Amino acid sequence: MQITTPSFKDNARRALGDSDLRRALDNMKTGFVGKRLLAVERLPEFDALRDDARDIKEHVLENLDAYLERFEARVKEQGGQVHWCRDADEARRVMLEICRDAGARTVTKSKSMIGEEIAINEHLEANGIEPVETDLGEYIIQLRREPPSHIIAPAIHLSKEQVADAFRQKHGQFPGDRPLDEPRALVDEARAVLRQRYFDADVGITGANMLVAETGSVVIVTNEGNADLTMTLPPVHIVLASIEKVVPTLEDAATILRVLARSATGQEMSVYTTFCTGPRRSGDADGPEAFHVVLLDNGRSALLGGEFHDILRCIRCGACLNHCPVYSAIGGHAYGWVYPGPMGAVLTPGLIGLEQAADLPNATTFCGKCEEVCPMRIPLPKMMRYWRDREFEARLTPTLSRLGLAAWTFLALRPALYRVATGLVIGILGALGRNRGRFRRLPLAGGWTAARDLPAPQGRTFMRLWAQRRRGRP
Amino acid sequence: MSGARDTILGSIRKSLKRGPLSAEQAARLEHRLKTPRANVIPARARVSGRRRTDLFVDEAERVSTTVARVADAAGVPGAIASYLAEHNLPATLKVAPDPALKTIPWSEKPVLSVVEGRGEDGDAVSVTGAFAGVAETGTLVLLSGPEHPSTLNLLPETHIVVLRRDHLVGSYEDAWALLRVMGRGMPRTVTMVTGPSRTADIEQTLQLGAHGPRRLHIVLIGGAEDDAE
Ligand code: SF4
Repeated sequence: MQITTPSFKDNARRALGDSDLRRALDNMKTGFVGKRLLAVERLPEFDALRDDARDIKEHVLENLDAYLERFEARVKEQGGQVHWCRDADEARRVMLEICRDAGARTVTKSKSMIGEEIAINEHLEANGIEPVETDLGEYIIQLRREPPSHIIAPAIHLSKEQVADAFRQKHGQFPGDRPLDEPRALVDEARAVLRQRYFDADVGITGANMLVAETGSVVIVTNEGNADLTMTLPPVHIVLASIEKVVPTLEDAATILRVLARSATGQEMSVYTTFCTGPRRSGDADGPEAFHVVLLDNGRSALLGGEFHDILRCIRCGACLNHCPVYSAIGGHAYGWVYPGPMGAVLTPGLIGLEQAADLPNATTFCGKCEEVCPMRIPLPKMMRYWRDREFEARLTPTLSRLGLAAWTFLALRPALYRVATGLVIGILGALGRNRGRFRRLPLAGGWTAARDLPAPQGRTFMRLWAQRRRGRP
Repeated sequence: MSGARDTILGSIRKSLKRGPLSAEQAARLEHRLKTPRANVIPARARVSGRRRTDLFVDEAERVSTTVARVADAAGVPGAIASYLAEHNLPATLKVAPDPALKTIPWSEKPVLSVVEGRGEDGDAVSVTGAFAGVAETGTLVLLSGPEHPSTLNLLPETHIVVLRRDHLVGSYEDAWALLRVMGRGMPRTVTMVTGPSRTADIEQTLQLGAHGPRRLHIVLIGGAEDDAE
């Protein structure tokens, strides 16, 4: 997928002017945010579970090599295969090879963010294999040939009318004047179209929410049941998972499941949580003949142990997006790559490089809501600050900001001068603004005053007022 | 791809500033895996007897699963027939080749036509057993195997699960413990099902029956009599 992260500011400006997008994003508040709160209120142990979930993942990261080896051994014992891939390129090559060996013409896919990360669909298409997304949201955006805008609700930016238009254009097999006004009709049409695709597919590709070292199982969570059909009907199942997805035991998986759905959609549990272990067994009436796990690193092992280590605990629940004032205003596309919102602002620079993603760690109000709701207790704001430090060191910060920061540092380190300078500025602004009480425009602050007025200061600095008050004078 | 494997493991160790785990450290991990320990289990899940049954039914109904209770296996055909009639559904059942389901006296309800096999496109109604029901969230635990083809959970429009009351457990951890006691390792799939298939991908409005069953109905055996405990 094409990376548009470097033009984040333009993307964001365009998104802010898009009223359809604003309306679509408003649904998030009653949907995800409200429902999460209800689910959390119903479970007094929620915070204790978050602590456990964090500790489990922390323990895994400290022993990641050993747990991956253990997981691999279990998969092989059950007749599955494990493919280690350093980067996107290797993963694409391995997956194409498996598909070719299976003589695949079409593959069904259940939603996988890592699939987006390595752009597997484009690669398969370029090699004559048709990938069919089966998650409804993902299917819709595939028809529209656009990237997902949310990690768990890929089509959250669209209205039902836009979905109906896409269906009318691409589903030529139905009468053109059929009614598609209601979500029900749209869901039923997609169900009917995709049902046949499951049976036609030669390979099914799924992501993984977790890998269990104890049993060699892959845990896949959906509400629609599309991953289960994808992994059950075609003769070959490929699981695409990144290395940090492993957990030790079934008990540990249960703990993470308890916080996952509640944080994501506010459900107590997603509808289908499947622990999938190896290919079809003797006597089974269904299931794939071959089971492959593609283990992708793609820069993650380098993040371990460093400033951004904690982001590797992320379980992709989307809570930090849903609660982010920046994401809620501009949606996911503005972020320009696979991972939007706070988790994207931390992860994206680590995966595609800070030069390309320099704007993302600055796209924040530092309200701290993301960290507050993150089920894995990931300190997202702190890590955005780390990226900003690196930007400054790497001279990626824009010149004007650098100069401003340098001037401020100079003043802040000289308290006497600081008091004189601020006293002057406040005095002048106070005098100028006395009549109207506010400024509609200010030099050097046009961006700030474009959307709001600056109240005029009262003519004295806080320090001066404080000193006066202590001397007992008003 | 042993090159890639070594590079990735090497890179992990380099970042963690250590070599491979020592024998002692490895043994400690192995011990953690061999003797799985539960983490926090919600108090809600730690109930038994009648309260557990009630919790299971309540939680299942919250997620749009429906539940009918019968005294014994003999009551199952009648319960299913009236459910299907009430919802105007065809009385053709695709039934899992499960020994426990064979003891159900299907012939007592001649309106039901019963075929055994795996799930297929176009099946209206499937009937399967369940390994366990987890009261915590009204979740069914379904194991794949010769007696339970997983297509039966997915392809039919309506999925009916016959569950015995003594297969109810409190928490997910209880279900794992049962699975380990069986001693047959992990089945190919263990699917935890919490309600019928759904999606909210279009304007966040909830719609049932996205790709899987539109209806999930549980016939709970043994619920009616021993409520006294
Ligand atoms: S960072 Fe936390 S809240 Fe955000 S997606 Fe990851 S786990 Fe969820």
